[in-house]
Amino acid sequence: MAVPEVTVAAGTALTSRRRKVVRRMLRNPLAITGLVVLAIAVLAAVLAPWLAPHEPTDTHLSNAFAPPGTPGYLLGTDDLGRDVLSRIMFGLRASLHVGLLAVATSLVVGVPLGLMAGYFLAIDALISRFTDLVLAFPFLILAVGLAAIRGASLGNAAIAIGIAQIPGVIRIVRSETLRLKSLDFVSAAIVEGAGDPWVLGRHILPNAASVIIVQATVAIPAAILGEAVLSFLGLGIQPPAPSLGTMLSDAQQFASRAPWAAVMPGVAIMLLALAFNIVGDSLRDALDPKASRR
Amino acid sequence: MRRYLLGRLWQSLVTLLLATIVVFLGVRALPGDPALALAGEDRDPESLRAIREQYGLDDSMLVQFWQFVSHAARGDLGQSIRTGESVTTMLSSALPVTMELSALAIFVATLLGVGAGVVAAVRRGRPAEWAANALALLGLSVPNFWLGLMAILYLSVALGLFPASGYVPFFENPIDNLHHLVLPAVILGTGLAAVIMRQTRSSMLDALSADYIRTAEAKGLPPRAVIGRHALRNSLIVVITIVGLQLGALISGAVVTERIFALPGFGKLTVDAVFQRDYPVIQAVVLVTATAYIVINLLVDLLYSVIDPRIRVRGEA
Repeated sequence: MAVPEVTVAAGTALTSRRRKVVRRMLRNPLAITGLVVLAIAVLAAVLAPWLAPHEPTDTHLSNAFAPPGTPGYLLGTDDLGRDVLSRIMFGLRASLHVGLLAVATSLVVGVPLGLMAGYFLAIDALISRFTDLVLAFPFLILAVGLAAIRGASLGNAAIAIGIAQIPGVIRIVRSETLRLKSLDFVSAAIVEGAGDPWVLGRHILPNAASVIIVQATVAIPAAILGEAVLSFLGLGIQPPAPSLGTMLSDAQQFASRAPWAAVMPGVAIMLLALAFNIVGDSLRDALDPKASRR
Repeated sequence: MRRYLLGRLWQSLVTLLLATIVVFLGVRALPGDPALALAGEDRDPESLRAIREQYGLDDSMLVQFWQFVSHAARGDLGQSIRTGESVTTMLSSALPVTMELSALAIFVATLLGVGAGVVAAVRRGRPAEWAANALALLGLSVPNFWLGLMAILYLSVALGLFPASGYVPFFENPIDNLHHLVLPAVILGTGLAAVIMRQTRSSMLDALSADYIRTAEAKGLPPRAVIGRHALRNSLIVVITIVGLQLGALISGAVVTERIFALPGFGKLTVDAVFQRDYPVIQAVVLVTATAYIVINLLVDLLYSVIDPRIRVRGEA
């Protein structure tokens, strides 16, 4: 009978803690700004097919190099007369897609490995060597190799970025597991006869969740920048599909003639990454107010 | 100390061996028959067989691997499939460019990062801290290849302050060489500077609240000496570590920076090799990168344990 009671108590403690974290975040004006920018970007990306004034791939050669403010083309057009605003909205969609897919990949692989490395001493060395090995490969070389083997595409770019982010996830989850393992409530559960999967799944994972969430919020902007780099090099999303990275590499050819086509996509990437980083930072501060006051 | 050193060396060797195996297998997993690529237009079976013979493509994987490792150990990394040039020669002309670019970028990043980090920690809660934090956030969020494009567009093309592309070897004309590399180095350094700034700030804050700082202040040392000689000195370990950890990111960044500024470095070699399926070059490039990463991390760890004996003890435990 004692077990359900404990679970209920832990549950309410968790929700009240969550509420406190949310309240702390909403008191921070920077965090609110970040959340608002993020919300606008996500809405623009998700609703792009309905909100975008033009088809992102439609060319209007008679309107090529229209400067920003031209009626119908708020942010101007590129060399083929494609609407920069519409392409940015669809590009944001691709960026978010890759960002989420990459981080999901790294979490799916990294979290279980990190939990096991932190919990079972026997396989810690093995997993740590694996992290060293992945870290030894610069992410770009990895992505370049994957693009060469499997062809350049959105999915492959996301996988390459995700693989590159696995070591970071493993390290963070591992050290959090090591910390939690030494706490009394875990020892109590083990003494009560709980099996390893139960301890890991019911005690350690839920308590490591906040660290994992913070890691994910800072990994997403890194993945978004990674996608931009890959697409810029021609190793990511393939034209004519709009991506902020390919827009920039196209715009490089005619940057002095139509600087807006090179400026705007970069600003969009920067705002998106900045919003994620701000939200991630303030989330970490809200979860651990002591660390931020330091 | 000796046991720690040997253990760490052994670990590095194992990682290097694993990396070599992955490189070797990975390159062979690439689609397309290298013999066909080599033969070009001439595709009669006879010349294909000759090519396979010449490059040992018909040997068993194990033999090929042994050939690869034993040649690599002697500094022979084979010939480029595309140009026929020795890969070692190609590397020796590309590596100095990237090494100089990276060294300059690390210099810029350390200068900016440590400077801003110290200011943020010492001017706690003042506008200066706010500005330094904002700059670091911006540095983490700006795609640095875009920053490079903007710099070319506005500083090189519009104002003519710097050359937009190209490279001049240092020993040919040092001034011209630096003039070409300033912009790429600053661009490459910004992301790294942001990471260094954040770490410097937080370790400076730790240090400033430590007892030995209070002792230094109590015995009447001027603030400049307390910050410079005591707090900062301890924080510098952090910078060394970060540079080691960020090496992979630095190399990735160099690839893009070289592409934008048309520098004939390691990054350009890499991207070209992949687009042209130049197996020996890809193999060599990845191997060199992995080796550099492993060696630098080993050095960082050793340096670390020399500076801070506690780490050595923990490593042995």
